[in-house]
Order: sequence, then C-alpha cells, then structure tokens
Amino acid sequence: MDAEATIDEQTSRYWFVQGMRGLWSLPAIILMLSFVGFAAFTAEVGIPVEQVMFMTGVVWALPAKVILVGTMLSGANLLTAFIAVTLSSVRMMPMVAALVPEIRTRKTPTWLLLILSHFVAITAWVFAMERAHQVPRSGRVAYFAGFSTTLTLANVLLVGVAYFLVAQFPPIVGACLFFLTPVYFLSSIWVSARHRVIYWALGVGLVSGVFFHEVAPEFDILLAGVIGGTLAWAAERHWRLRQAGSAP
Amino acid sequence: MTIDALWPYVFIVVAGWLATDIWRWLGVLAGNRIDENSEMMNWVRAVATALVAAVIAKLIVYPTGELETSPLWLRVGAIAIGAAAFFAFRRNQLAGIVAAMAALAVGLLALGA
Repeated sequence: MDAEATIDEQTSRYWFVQGMRGLWSLPAIILMLSFVGFAAFTAEVGIPVEQVMFMTGVVWALPAKVILVGTMLSGANLLTAFIAVTLSSVRMMPMVAALVPEIRTRKTPTWLLLILSHFVAITAWVFAMERAHQVPRSGRVAYFAGFSTTLTLANVLLVGVAYFLVAQFPPIVGACLFFLTPVYFLSSIWVSARHRVIYWALGVGLVSGVFFHEVAPEFDILLAGVIGGTLAWAAERHWRLRQAGSAP
Repeated sequence: MTIDALWPYVFIVVAGWLATDIWRWLGVLAGNRIDENSEMMNWVRAVATALVAAVIAKLIVYPTGELETSPLWLRVGAIAIGAAAFFAFRRNQLAGIVAAMAALAVGLLALGA
C-alpha cells in the first residue's frame, strides 16, 4: 500500500472515533432517554424483550417502531402494517437524499452508502447535517458511520437493559419517559425544519391525527398523513403563489 | 423454532425493516439527482411530516400505560408550557423539553399520581 492510502485509513479511523464520541451529545442523550421510554412502553404492553431489541436494530426509526408496535397490538395483518409503517418512513427518502451529497466523496462506493443509510433516523440526520461541514470531506463518511452505528448499537443494548428496570421505576418516572417521546419529536421537527411547508404540515398533521383517530381509528395515521399532508401542502402552496403574485 | 415463534420476527422484518429501509435505499439512489426544489418534493415533505405529527398527536391525546389516567388538559398544558419556553429561549430544544417535562411532573404530583 502506498503512503496516501495509509494516511486515508488513519484519517478514517480518527473521524470514526470522533463520530463515536457524539454518543454524549445532547441529541443522542435525549434520544437514549426516549428509548428508555420506548422500552417502558413495550414492557407495559407486553412485547417480548428479544423482539424489542430486534426491532430497535432492524427498524431503528422511533416513529416507525411506535407504529409497528401499534399494528402488532391491534392485530393488523401484515399488509396493513407494512403500509402504515412504510408511509411513516417516506420521509427517510428525502432525508437520506439530502444527507448523501453532504458526506460522500467521488470515491465513496454506493454499497457503503446503502449500508450506512440504514442508520439514518431523525437524530442521526440532524446531528450529521449540523456537524458534517465541520469535518473535512474525506472524513465525513467515517464520522457519520462512527456516530450512527454506535448510537444504534448503544440503543439496542439500552432497551434490553431498560426493559427490565422500568418495572421498578415509580409510576411518575414511567409517565414522564413516555411523554418525552412526543415532546422530543415535536421539538426536533421544529428545529430541523428547513422549509415552511414543514410547519404547516406539522400543525395540520397534529389536528388531523386526532380527527382521523375519532373517525377511522384503524387507518388514522395513514389518512392523517396523506389527506392532512396534502391539505397542508396545497394550502402552503396557495399562500406561496399568492405571495409571489402580489409581489411587484 | 416453530412457525409461531418465528412469526413476530417475520412480521418485524417485512413490516418494519423492509418498510423503512426501502426508502433509505431509494434516498441513496436518488442522491444528487433529486430536485430538492420541486413541487413533488414539497408534497412528499408535507405528507411525511403530517404522518409523524399524527403519531405525536396520538401519543399526547391517547396515551397508553402510566399516562392513560392523567387528564388531557395536563398533557396539552405541559406541551403548551414547553412550546412557550422553547420560543422564549429562542428555539432552544432543551429548554422546551425541560419545561414540558417539569410541567407534567409537577401536575402529576399535584394530582397525587
């Protein structure tokens, strides 16, 4: 191997470790507390711990897992569950598509990005989009890999441990941890939003989530997403075009 | 392992893993080529956000477990206090979260939970 390749490898190792240290950043700590809450939730409803750890590793995104558990509890069939979860994860596509150009170099193989994309979820995405530009481009893939794989593995182990501890928590702690998940998601969406339509969709989605739960509880999330999201998009677009039209 | 014991894992792999990773893979393939500013992308963003918002609303309005017996006004009030702190501290995520959680904890204690 020539000297350049050796330096590349050293750089990668350095940035991988720097990424791993992101486990002690605020977003990672909040996410871990949310996962303790998720462990409490699954323990409460009686999903076996092996399945909870397995889904933490293979699904990873917390909203998708909450929906998946919901469909498992309601006894939904596989197709219904697949549709509900997949619709909640459509946002992964634009998230990953926005992240990839930030971290890749011309030499980064696509297979590596396909593997690493599995570790993208709200927290890893916000973390990477905020900090990647502080890392030299040649170290970014290693930095993201170090952070995201460590975060996922730590949370798989964490839910496995927390699952058995939460039963001994006083009820008020369990209640607060459960509440942390919606509070964390709500604030994360707001701080990571880069387009105005996100705020509109957030507001309309909150209201239509409750509305469709009252009207059609089996399909509430799906309907709230497609109908509420389309309404928010159309309204924001109408408003945007009128603004543009009234401008001189 | 019997089919019955394996079934939950098949369910998680198909309805969980495949259902989420398809979009991540498509995101990689779209990569640079996707037009970030297209109207289609705006619609996708809106639907994706509304879906997550619906999940959030359900967690707040129809909680399970320990929160199930708490009054709705306390949960919505805690969110409102959290939002007020979030904006008062110039969109500080930690301030919003701490305020919302503190409001909920105080409320639950006051109600004797």
